[in-house]
Amino acid sequence: MLGEGIVKGMAETAKNFFGSYFSADRLTTVEYPEQRIASFEAARVFPFLVYDAENRDGGGPEWEAGLRCVACQICEKECPPKCIYIEKSKDKKLDYLGKAQYYPARFDIDISVCMSCQICVEVCPFEAIKMDTEFELSTTDRFGGLLLDREQLAKSNKYYRKIHPAEAAGVDARLAEDKAKYDAKIKAAADAIAAKAAATAEEGV
Amino acid sequence: MQSQPKPPRQPKRECEIPVIEKTDQLFVLLQHWLVSFLPAAMQPVAGVLLSVVAIVCIFPALFALTTVFERKGLGRIQNRLGPNRVGPFGLLQPVADGIKSLTKEDIVPLSADAVVHYLAPVVLVVAVFMGFAVLPMGRKMVLVDLDAGLLFYFAMGASTELAVFMAGWSSRNKYSLLGAMRAVAQMISYEVVLLLSSVTVVMMTGSLSLTKIVEAQNQYSWGLPHWFIFTPWGCAGFAMYAIAATAETNRSPFDLPEGESELVAGYHTEYSGFKFALFFLGEYLAMFSISGLGTTLFLGGWSAPLSSLTWVPSWIWFFTKLMLSIFVFIWMRGTLPRLRQDQLMNFAWKFILPMCLLNLFVAGLWTYLGSGWLRWVICSAILIAAYAAMGWGEMRRGKIGPRSYRYAE
Repeated sequence: MLGEGIVKGMAETAKNFFGSYFSADRLTTVEYPEQRIASFEAARVFPFLVYDAENRDGGGPEWEAGLRCVACQICEKECPPKCIYIEKSKDKKLDYLGKAQYYPARFDIDISVCMSCQICVEVCPFEAIKMDTEFELSTTDRFGGLLLDREQLAKSNKYYRKIHPAEAAGVDARLAEDKAKYDAKIKAAADAIAAKAAATAEEGV
Repeated sequence: MQSQPKPPRQPKRECEIPVIEKTDQLFVLLQHWLVSFLPAAMQPVAGVLLSVVAIVCIFPALFALTTVFERKGLGRIQNRLGPNRVGPFGLLQPVADGIKSLTKEDIVPLSADAVVHYLAPVVLVVAVFMGFAVLPMGRKMVLVDLDAGLLFYFAMGASTELAVFMAGWSSRNKYSLLGAMRAVAQMISYEVVLLLSSVTVVMMTGSLSLTKIVEAQNQYSWGLPHWFIFTPWGCAGFAMYAIAATAETNRSPFDLPEGESELVAGYHTEYSGFKFALFFLGEYLAMFSISGLGTTLFLGGWSAPLSSLTWVPSWIWFFTKLMLSIFVFIWMRGTLPRLRQDQLMNFAWKFILPMCLLNLFVAGLWTYLGSGWLRWVICSAILIAAYAAMGWGEMRRGKIGPRSYRYAE
């Protein structure tokens, strides 16, 4: 019958109209600034630099001292839209393993250029750059305001654990393993030197 | 000698008016009272001006309210909350919208015909406002009680097409022009339907005066009113009137002239700021006035739905019916998808127009069959059979009904 579909459709919308006043779970939207949906594990917006709060070598503020980045510039070279700018330091400081490493004297990301591809994160051998979930980045200055420097990019490992718990746990385990291996190697080397010294001492006797 | 007894009689008569009638005639009495301060020579002019000012204030206020309720209603239909940021429950949204459209830059394209471009929204709003002049909004509440009120209304309604085409033509934009051509084609096609569906009412009442049409419906038997919608020909006429009115005011599902998926914004593509707001106002005012006319013609105008409710002021009934019609407009907008141009034209000329002509015949039959129950059966049967047969035939031939795609399948 002609018009049947219209009647059905009108009934459906009427059901929605009145239903939404009686059952709150019909309303699927969220009142954004006040209510928020927690971000997903795989959510990503722009990259940030991870720092370890425990690593205090080199002095300066916590974020500067603990930066994992060693200014190897792989991400800068791999970045497809070329939005990363790194200046290597002249001096070195100890990293989390206790090795002397360069650090970035300057590390800028232009988020107006960044395309959130995550390639910098994939290529980083030091787990130093990760993807952030912060998206409220609007600014009144579209040039300076969107060019983030080292300080703005640095975020603690604790924050990383909070936004990507599963991923951060994997990274932490891997780093702990590396540290354990490195420590064992150092210890083995030290033991070898000690044994050698003992042997030469014995020989001498 | 004659003027002597007049001053004491005037207030005495007002005291005699019962409260019910006083509330019913509230605005009329208010107007008389305000005008009575002026010298007698100026009173008629001042009275008319006062009524004009009232119309020009009330309907835009209603428009402001409708925009926010429409957005909230559409939100609810789509399981959203709708605007709720500005003021309590978002009720001050129209104020924010108004400030925004007032402060926006008024852009006139360089190659546009500046004068016509400027005039188009003004002509539209003025033509739409003229329609309100003949609508009886309550007992004795009509600005000009023309003997040919209906004719005047349709003349004014038809001149909105001119404004639409002025806007489209003067913008010098292909989208505007296409939108305007569509609008004019659509409005003229549905104007025919609108007129023919109203003609049945004129046939029955024998008058083009809208006040007489309402009076003809303001009778009750067994407590029920004699509204024309409760007769077979009136019901069919009202359905066709409603469809034509939706098309006439460019409302969804007949909003092709501003189909944003094809035409950006149709004939008002090149309008911004307050001129755009005027188009928007014109569209809603046209909706109010056409709903008001539909109410007057088929829903008994200002008369109460039950004889026991006649104590409620007549203007309350008129505006209740008006707002209910607006609610249905919004409801349809939230439900139905936009038609295609050929479907729109086929629907107007091949389905509604024959039904309208048949309805005229049925209305004639209704008068000649006398007042028994037989005329109810015969008239209803003819209309239902025609509707079913034509609907079935047209749907089978694919002229109207579900969309079919020849190439994109």
